[in-house]
Amino acid sequence: MLITCPYCGPRGVIEFTYQGDGNRERPDPASQNFEAWNAYVYDRLNPAGDHNEIWQHSGGCRAHLRVVRNTLTHEISSVAFVRGDHGSAARRKAEDKA
Amino acid sequence: MVERQSPLEPEFHVGSHGNFEHGVDILLTETRPGSIVQLAAWPGEEKRLIAAIRSVTGLALPDGAGGGVNDGVKSVFGFAPGKFTAADDAEGLAAAFAKAVTPEIGTVTDLSHGRTAIRIAGPKAEWVLAKFFAIDFALPAFPVGAGRSTAHHDVFAQIQRTGADQFDIYVFRSFARSFWKALCHASEEVGYEVQ
Repeated sequence: MLITCPYCGPRGVIEFTYQGDGNRERPDPASQNFEAWNAYVYDRLNPAGDHNEIWQHSGGCRAHLRVVRNTLTHEISSVAFVRGDHGSAARRKAEDKA
Repeated sequence: MVERQSPLEPEFHVGSHGNFEHGVDILLTETRPGSIVQLAAWPGEEKRLIAAIRSVTGLALPDGAGGGVNDGVKSVFGFAPGKFTAADDAEGLAAAFAKAVTPEIGTVTDLSHGRTAIRIAGPKAEWVLAKFFAIDFALPAFPVGAGRSTAHHDVFAQIQRTGADQFDIYVFRSFARSFWKALCHASEEVGYEVQ
């Protein structure tokens, strides 16, 4: 499986670390809403199809990435930096692929 | 001045090795830069950091991720969003950057003693490196000056292309000897010379 890092370009999955489900929303740390915390810790969609995931390019630029991966085919349909302000650093334009 | 010891020393054997009867296709050296510095910009401060790199080193970074430049004495390249590695044959680069990179712009980390810089050159350099790293080493995909961060068996490596058939590899000092031995083994089939 190849993940195309927005900074480094296509790399083997061995360079990446799975950081969990990308759909989770962490409650306010001061929150005592146990249902919200329970959902954050345990509830997972487990879809057969496209899945929002967080991966870290731990063997490369070490950026955290939002990846949409199909759990049936392993097809990666989108990769983006978790931190939006990395956008200007994205590369791998035409001249790099030439 | 105290001379810095090389971590490669017990395995650093100057001369020709391997299958060199038909010529030496790989040159391996340790470049021993006096300074290796890692620079990181806070969010939104990347342009100011690039300007600071230019004022300290005189090197103008090209646009784009992984862009870099090398003038034979100093080198700098991007290895991650907003992060750069700079090296200089002379010592004192970290002190110079500490003045130019203010706390508002980003951080300066002196890695001069933490990394070992290994240079692989020669017509088969791409071939040997392709056995280590699953990235495209062809010149159009990896232009001169550019940097790449990747890993070989969990040993992180930052690679800068410093010539059409020359690469500088920055690895952790503690892993450098093991990596060097692997590089020598991989170069045996094409014949290599250690200088």
